Amino acid sequence: MGMKYVDEYRDAELAKRIAGEIAKLSNDHPLKLMEVCGGHTHTIYKHGIEDVLPLTIDLVHGPGCPVCVLPMGRIDDALALARRDGVIFTTFGDMMRVPGSKGSLLDAKAEGADVRFVYSPLDAFKLARQSPDREVVFFAIGFETTAPSTAVTLLRARAEKVKNFSIFCNHVTIIPAIKAILDSPDLRLDGFVGPGHVSMVIGMRPYTFIAREHRKPVVIAGFEPLDIIQSVYMLAKQIAEGRSEVENQYKRVVHPEGNVKALEAMARTMELRPFFEWRGLGFITHSALKLRAEFADWDAELRYQVPGVRVADPKACQCGEVLKGVIKPWQCKVFGNACTPETPIGTCMVSPEGACAAYFNYGRFSMAAERTRLNILPVERANA
Amino acid sequence: MNEISRSEQMKDVLQKIERTRQARRHKFYLRDEKITLSHGSGGKATHNLIEGVFAPAFSNPLLDAMDDAAVFGINGIGSQLAFTTDTYVVSPVFFPGGDIGKLAVHGTINDLAMAGAHPLYLSAGFLLEEGFPIDDLRRVVASMAEAAREAGVMIVTGDTKVVQRGKADGVFINTAGIGIMQHHWLPGQTRLQPGDKVLLSGPIGNHGIAIMLAREALDIETDVQSDTAPLHTLVATLFGAVGESIHCLKDPTRGGVATALNEMALGSEVSIALDEQAIPMHDEVRGACEILGLDPLTIANEGKLLAVIAAEKAEAALRALRSHPLGQDAALIGSVQTEPVGMVFLRTDIGGTRVLDMLVGDPLPRIC
Repeated sequence: MGMKYVDEYRDAELAKRIAGEIAKLSNDHPLKLMEVCGGHTHTIYKHGIEDVLPLTIDLVHGPGCPVCVLPMGRIDDALALARRDGVIFTTFGDMMRVPGSKGSLLDAKAEGADVRFVYSPLDAFKLARQSPDREVVFFAIGFETTAPSTAVTLLRARAEKVKNFSIFCNHVTIIPAIKAILDSPDLRLDGFVGPGHVSMVIGMRPYTFIAREHRKPVVIAGFEPLDIIQSVYMLAKQIAEGRSEVENQYKRVVHPEGNVKALEAMARTMELRPFFEWRGLGFITHSALKLRAEFADWDAELRYQVPGVRVADPKACQCGEVLKGVIKPWQCKVFGNACTPETPIGTCMVSPEGACAAYFNYGRFSMAAERTRLNILPVERANA
Repeated sequence: MNEISRSEQMKDVLQKIERTRQARRHKFYLRDEKITLSHGSGGKATHNLIEGVFAPAFSNPLLDAMDDAAVFGINGIGSQLAFTTDTYVVSPVFFPGGDIGKLAVHGTINDLAMAGAHPLYLSAGFLLEEGFPIDDLRRVVASMAEAAREAGVMIVTGDTKVVQRGKADGVFINTAGIGIMQHHWLPGQTRLQPGDKVLLSGPIGNHGIAIMLAREALDIETDVQSDTAPLHTLVATLFGAVGESIHCLKDPTRGGVATALNEMALGSEVSIALDEQAIPMHDEVRGACEILGLDPLTIANEGKLLAVIAAEKAEAALRALRSHPLGQDAALIGSVQTEPVGMVFLRTDIGGTRVLDMLVGDPLPRIC
């Protein structure tokens, strides 16, 4: 069986050949590269890419998991909205298990709140039209990848004058987060595997400052295993040749200018917040979006009372350091004991794109493989 | 990186592995205060619920084996009997490839078959919601009768209850089943041996994906059908071919292949290594999983079995499975090894390795 657009990006032989080239390029200079996007982290662990790459490549996981970066206070606000009488609270599936200070949306649902998961804001909008006697709130999260679909839904809600629909807007923007990481003294990075789907919307230009001012190469990458391996190769090559440029590995999807229509829809409906709290990273200026004043009728934060209280992250949780790439997930004190995917303490353990969940679900074998490298334990190959 | 910091890091890694492993092995305790949907998903939360509530209260040697059916002898009867029960709450009631009635018959037959028993008698309990159309009930019951007839079992006792509108969702069905053991050999999830081979009877994920596409208005058009089927004749064929070389049989229903194999690895304190590319799957299922961000290994099946077979009989077992209409696409997908204990891992398509864990919560879609 062969599947177009999938199998050609999962060729083990080709992967091995490129990994050999990467090894040559990075032989005398081990590289620390950050994959910004949670989707990349997921692919890396799901396919065991670290086993294929040479030991000279250290992949550090970045802040690009929209579920992971939401602070606890915003989850509490969402819970307050979900518990209101008459509200149908709609959300993407992976928000359901994220813990607030008093339980998760899944818990709220078990206690009687009408929480439903949807695949897009348009599904939530359709639900609002079908349920005129209920108030439908959509929990909008995500980077520039998902913000355009929220924008388009808002424009439709206004055009069709649907009044029982509103958006709890938590959209964030990726560039300020990357800036915060570059300015953080804890971390020395050699380059970035750039986010593919965000770039499909914002294009390549916003990354120029990383290459010009910080002298770090950026390669915008796709989400299949070979996309990531090739991007690592392109980064290693830039570094070996002393270049720092923004390159595009994901040309089949990303255009240098981005998606102008999507950006327009966002600009018509949303504007930058003066500042927004990121889990673990703290307050970052101009790093998130809110609805424009003309869309106040559809803004859940204005329509309903939300507590809006800042809640400190659990003390034991080191999500912030994980999100900045300062520590690996397994170096967190609670990883794997108090904090697991079924009883998560931090957000990074909830979303499949969270570095901790990816590590816990898929990556522990890599740790077992480390034991093999130390000759502590022989591991047979599957089907050998 | 210099040698000392590298070895310190390694020491840290080792500690971490050990801690995670300990956490995994003794992890079945229940912290939740209320039942959530995760407790019904067949994955870890279900295990926590069983180990936290039911197992300690009901504990006895038959139950504690935690196999699909209890197997016991009764004085004066020559053969041993197998006994099992299961409740069906699927929504929608009718779905591509089947309906709740057919599923209720097949599911219980399969639980008996996985114990190596020949199914004989079923019970049927109906929980009906006020307002449920009698015509729909007729269709469900007719489908059950047909499924039972085809499988050669009789529905010999039953019960009906009706609850107020809103207190149930249309129709729920419970079936219990009794079967007779054909063999002295009892396969089970504690019997895996290092070196054994893991066989899968056919392509995975069809049932779960068919239901999901029928339930959620996803606007994905496919012709994926549920694979619901009674597996007792396939099991009989396998027993006829390799008998006592069958170390474990399991039908990977809720929680999918991933959960079933993890239960075996934990039950036998062994490790299971899978070859991702050997796992049979229809393109439609694979495509739907790629789009929805689901792992097909955690998706439910209702007409597939996993068989763990002693290495020297694995080829014969594979031939036997393939000789049966329900096992035509059977494949050897992996093997059992000693370490790391209690873990299932996967050699990926790209040549890497990853852990394959039990399903946590419902299989929810990723967003981007």
